Amino acid sequence: MHNAAAAGGESDSVIRVAGLAKEYRVFDKPEGLLASVRALFHRESRLVEALRGIDLTVGRGEFVALLGPNGAGKTTLLKLLSGIITPTLGTASVLGHVPWERADDFRRRFALVMGQRNQLWWDLPAAESFRLHQEIYRIDPAHFAHIRDELVDLLGVRKLILQPVRELSLGERMKLELVAALLHEPEVLFLDEPTIGLDVVAQHTIHTFLRHVQAERRMTVILTTHYMKDVAALCERLVVITGGEILYDGSLAEIVDRFTTHKIVTLDLEEEPDRARIERLGYPCEIRGPRVVLRIERSRIADVLPELLRDERVLDVSVEDVPLEEIVAGLFRSGDRRSQPAEVPS
Amino acid sequence: MNAVVDPPAAAPKLAGLRIWWTMLAISIEERLVYRGDFALGTLMRFLPIVTQVFLWTAVFSATSRGDIAGYDRNDIVAYYLLTMLSRAFSSMPGLATGIARSIRDGSIKKFLVQPVNYVSFLLASRVAHKLVYYAVAAAPFAAVFFLCRSFFPPLPEASTVVAFLVSLLLSFLLGFFLETTLGMLGFWFLEVSSLVFGYMLVQYLLSGHMFPIDMLAGIPSGIPGTSLADVVAWLPFQYTAYFPAAVWLGKVEGAELTRLLLVEAAWVVVMFFACRIAWKRGTRRYSGFGG
Repeated sequence: MHNAAAAGGESDSVIRVAGLAKEYRVFDKPEGLLASVRALFHRESRLVEALRGIDLTVGRGEFVALLGPNGAGKTTLLKLLSGIITPTLGTASVLGHVPWERADDFRRRFALVMGQRNQLWWDLPAAESFRLHQEIYRIDPAHFAHIRDELVDLLGVRKLILQPVRELSLGERMKLELVAALLHEPEVLFLDEPTIGLDVVAQHTIHTFLRHVQAERRMTVILTTHYMKDVAALCERLVVITGGEILYDGSLAEIVDRFTTHKIVTLDLEEEPDRARIERLGYPCEIRGPRVVLRIERSRIADVLPELLRDERVLDVSVEDVPLEEIVAGLFRSGDRRSQPAEVPS
Repeated sequence: MNAVVDPPAAAPKLAGLRIWWTMLAISIEERLVYRGDFALGTLMRFLPIVTQVFLWTAVFSATSRGDIAGYDRNDIVAYYLLTMLSRAFSSMPGLATGIARSIRDGSIKKFLVQPVNYVSFLLASRVAHKLVYYAVAAAPFAAVFFLCRSFFPPLPEASTVVAFLVSLLLSFLLGFFLETTLGMLGFWFLEVSSLVFGYMLVQYLLSGHMFPIDMLAGIPSGIPGTSLADVVAWLPFQYTAYFPAAVWLGKVEGAELTRLLLVEAAWVVVMFFACRIAWKRGTRRYSGFGG
């Protein structure tokens, strides 16, 4: 498995997590009036294990994607690393601090951006929130102006900072949230679904921006997302969590290599093919008129392709990896089978 | 040894003050967004007092006595106007429920992540809230007090005025820390609106908002040698409405005045620490709701 800390030396690891576990007690609210009345006297509760002993080391300057189905424990991990909640078991160190002790010295050196949460003042222009951040993080005024202008220009939102935040679109707001979070030049940045609900253009702008800022500052970034586009554009390293456990930790290239057994071959033929002949070559995902999409084992591709080009009259051909989404979905499912529902009745 | 270097302790203090000042300034700006709502709210506050005056007028006309427990008709009007003034300092509309809401919907998270103290942030925004309120309410308040000047006794001495102002300032702090602590119970209960309702009810009865507390002076409390009014004086509530009014009207004087000011100050300190403890324990228990 990929381990940046090993390459950069132990002292260069910015985040170190060992055996981190978090249990929540949840109360079931029964359906119906009578049951609700009964629940006044006795409530059924159970423990949900959001995280079940996670080990993770992240080196300085790494850009890590944290993937997992809903409820896998991604956000719980980010909340633990940013000190919002305390764990049930285990240890964590971020920039040499225990996050949930919430030392000011620690809090000045990282930032958390949640895609569905506002840190900007709703009724005021973003410029006012930025000014407050300048004071809170004690940023030198001249330096502050320089950084703010740089960030705002990179995202092309200079015109928006004097407009009340409530009047802005979701994408515009997200961009300003990012500016607010990066003003104090955090060494570590946690991004929780930063592109959720954004259009393609806004997503692209944010990708370019994050890549630029991260490379320039050598910032350590952990990103949770459901969009593989985010992952492909930004991260070299991938951590997959399901059921509160790490299922995969390694490079993006490696996951494609390890978990794809097939290639996707798309053919544009001159005429409709003979179905039986096509099926002999590979598994047909789609045959629509002269357009054929085939799934072919990787080991056979070198044999099958020449045969195809020889026997069929091919106008166009493309060979691609199975989409990342599919690989990851496969991983999620295998994780589901492995870990039983993370519950302990009590 | 080295005179050029700033003493390290002074710099963070100063920075703390500057943060506070910026928070205050920004909160004022935010408040001004809703100035129309504020102006209307201010006018509405005068309505209950009219009904109260009518009620007491009816009480006085039903009895042949010229005064009730030391209050004649004029005193009553003066008393209610003054409690309205003290409540303009001590009441904190929306503070407790706002804190509980931010716990429930998760917006409190930013105060856990950023190097800023939540309580001092709340204090700054509440001071801003009050300053804007006074700016809007000053003119109508002045007009009402001027029109009702005949109900008031002659102006008290300077020392009484000073004690009155101190009691008002303390009542602001007391109201603030009481409601902030109440809101932080949201870490345990999630929904505090019924707690707040219960608090408001007790507050209404025991603060002097409903009737002057010294009317309870004749009622034994059950503890030998003490009246209900004596018991209430040991509780925090009367300092948010009755006490400043009683100071202005000269109902408490001399050593008694000093003693009660000290009780009020002691409650401010107690609630300040209660608030800190609630924050410490609450955030440890917090499970970060809302994604």
